[in-house]
Amino acid sequence: MASTALADSRWIARGEERTSLRQFLVWLAPWVVVFALGVYAAGLCLYFGLNQTNMDNRFAFGLWIFLDLGVIALGAGAFFTGFLVYILKRAELQPILNTAVVVGFICYSGAVGILMIDVGQPLRAWFTFWHPNTHSMLTEVTFCISCYLLVLCLEYIPILLRNRQLRKLPSFLVFEHQLHKLVPVLAGVGTLLSFFHQGSLGGLYGVLRGRPFAFRQGFLIWPSTFFLFILSAIATGPSFLMLVTATVEKVTGRRLVPPDLFRRLGFISGVLLGIYVAAKSIDTLIWLNFTSPSVGFAPWQYYSYKPFGLPILFAEIVVFGLLPAFLLTYRRSAQRRGLLLSAAALACAGVLLNRFVLTVQTLALPTLAFDEFLHYTPSWQEVASFGGVLGYGVIVYSLSYRYLPLFAQPKGGNTHVSGS
Amino acid sequence: MNARYGMVIDLDRCTGCGSCMVACAAENNVAPLPQASPRTGITPMLVRKVSNGMEGGAQREVFIPIMCMHCEHETPCVSVCPQQAVEVDKATGIVMQMPQRCLGCRYCMTACPYHARYFNWWDPAWPAGMEKSLNPGVAVRMRGVVEKCNMCHARLHSAMAKAAAAGKREIDPADYVPACVEACPTAAIRFGNLADQNDAVSHEAHSPDAFRLLARLDTEPKVYYKSKEAWVRALAESKSGPGSEVKHG
Repeated sequence: MASTALADSRWIARGEERTSLRQFLVWLAPWVVVFALGVYAAGLCLYFGLNQTNMDNRFAFGLWIFLDLGVIALGAGAFFTGFLVYILKRAELQPILNTAVVVGFICYSGAVGILMIDVGQPLRAWFTFWHPNTHSMLTEVTFCISCYLLVLCLEYIPILLRNRQLRKLPSFLVFEHQLHKLVPVLAGVGTLLSFFHQGSLGGLYGVLRGRPFAFRQGFLIWPSTFFLFILSAIATGPSFLMLVTATVEKVTGRRLVPPDLFRRLGFISGVLLGIYVAAKSIDTLIWLNFTSPSVGFAPWQYYSYKPFGLPILFAEIVVFGLLPAFLLTYRRSAQRRGLLLSAAALACAGVLLNRFVLTVQTLALPTLAFDEFLHYTPSWQEVASFGGVLGYGVIVYSLSYRYLPLFAQPKGGNTHVSGS
Repeated sequence: MNARYGMVIDLDRCTGCGSCMVACAAENNVAPLPQASPRTGITPMLVRKVSNGMEGGAQREVFIPIMCMHCEHETPCVSVCPQQAVEVDKATGIVMQMPQRCLGCRYCMTACPYHARYFNWWDPAWPAGMEKSLNPGVAVRMRGVVEKCNMCHARLHSAMAKAAAAGKREIDPADYVPACVEACPTAAIRFGNLADQNDAVSHEAHSPDAFRLLARLDTEPKVYYKSKEAWVRALAESKSGPGSEVKHG
């Protein structure tokens, strides 16, 4: 065991303190179990088909699409931080850049993995590239997410190659150096791709003429949800990064980023969230007064079904929108770490609620006059598959944190804030 | 060929016998799927029982056969399919589904306001011996793809082949009749070319009793319904929005 621990320590960056290998494995163990259960559930779905889920012909999309849209929005911190650092030259955000890339990589690769289970014929995924329907929002999503995942891989590789042992290989060192020079370009490409796929994910439902609850007017070919999704993603991405970093700081007992970085991220998140809430409110008013009545539907009827009443709309705009926007930008609340992180958590919950409303609530509502309100409860296979993504995320992040320089190191290493 | 095939369904004649559903399933090789629920089965033609929501002597019911409406304008399922597995046949107006190209993403199912698209949640299987009853003109769909009514396209192919063999460019309308139309014992379902002003179905589609479901979505469905009952017409064209008091049984 001692020799294993010694071998393990050789992979940890020089000067870095990490927990013992034993403790690390104990931490990983439950997540490996969650991941393994997810792989098993996903295997059942792939082998026996989607009859393993509780989706049906009326609820053709379910938990997976909701969570896919959710994690992709939360993963937006990756491209947006890259955009702020490399394009807008906000160097003060540099310390969080590597962790943003890893979080983005986990979110996007996890979402793509789930999407591959969610389709009935995953081996035909390449058809979208071979026979693309340029009018489909899903085509735009497929192209942009695939390309952006590639960009994230290319951004992750230089971080990976900075591992203490891998750096000893000269060819890797040269490759990492060359790749690193490309990172600003990748950040630009990633920003462009991400704007489009975040938007087209919003457009997925916004273009559905046959679902008046989701259908929106827009600009040119893009419904308003296209722009709202971009705004909400870039507003909550930095908040999610804050939450992840704060969680890692709590678990490891170390201060990993400069104290004012959270406040800066919070301010960016809060301002963008405020703009999003304003845009969302205007969009809702237009939909209530023009879009929905123009196709003969009384919009308030949609809110007559419990539990999807008006409180959800109120919660989305006020509790998870205005309130965190205020707390993140107001100087006094932003200076209190607890309040700042609570506001960030509210903002992230808000984006998840928005994705839930657009995906699940839309499908539950009737369209024909003689339809009924539908109910859907995900099967254990659906829940476990997504749990698998969560397990995968924690494992990849934990390994990355242990063996890679995720946070830019101030001289003298990271500051201890507790005894662990 | 420049037809616009459509249907007019006289709801006052429909008895809800389900012959159209059985004929559709037999013609199109729909597997029995005893494990399926009403929401996971394959029913390209589905007869729904709708009540006026009243009690006692005031209660009225109507049977509404629901199938793909073959929307003509901004067809919801066509524009969303990421790999062009759905298209509107320019020559016939029929909305075609290509299961062999379908990814099974089910985006088209969420886009369809009529819930007329079905996913193959299971592998198709028939009891021993029943496979001999399969229609050789229609390919069986595999697990993981979407299917729907294609107005018995195999019958259109047969009619076209027959016309071509006779040296004609146009098919004889009598040679192309979908299975549900043929099977209806009360002749409630009528089929024809809506673009042909001389076609009886085209006339019926413009009668005062005719209406289309969710016509206000402006997708120009090519399946019309007909009823002399005001409450039936009001139900289908209800302006009160979804979730009205009426419940289906």
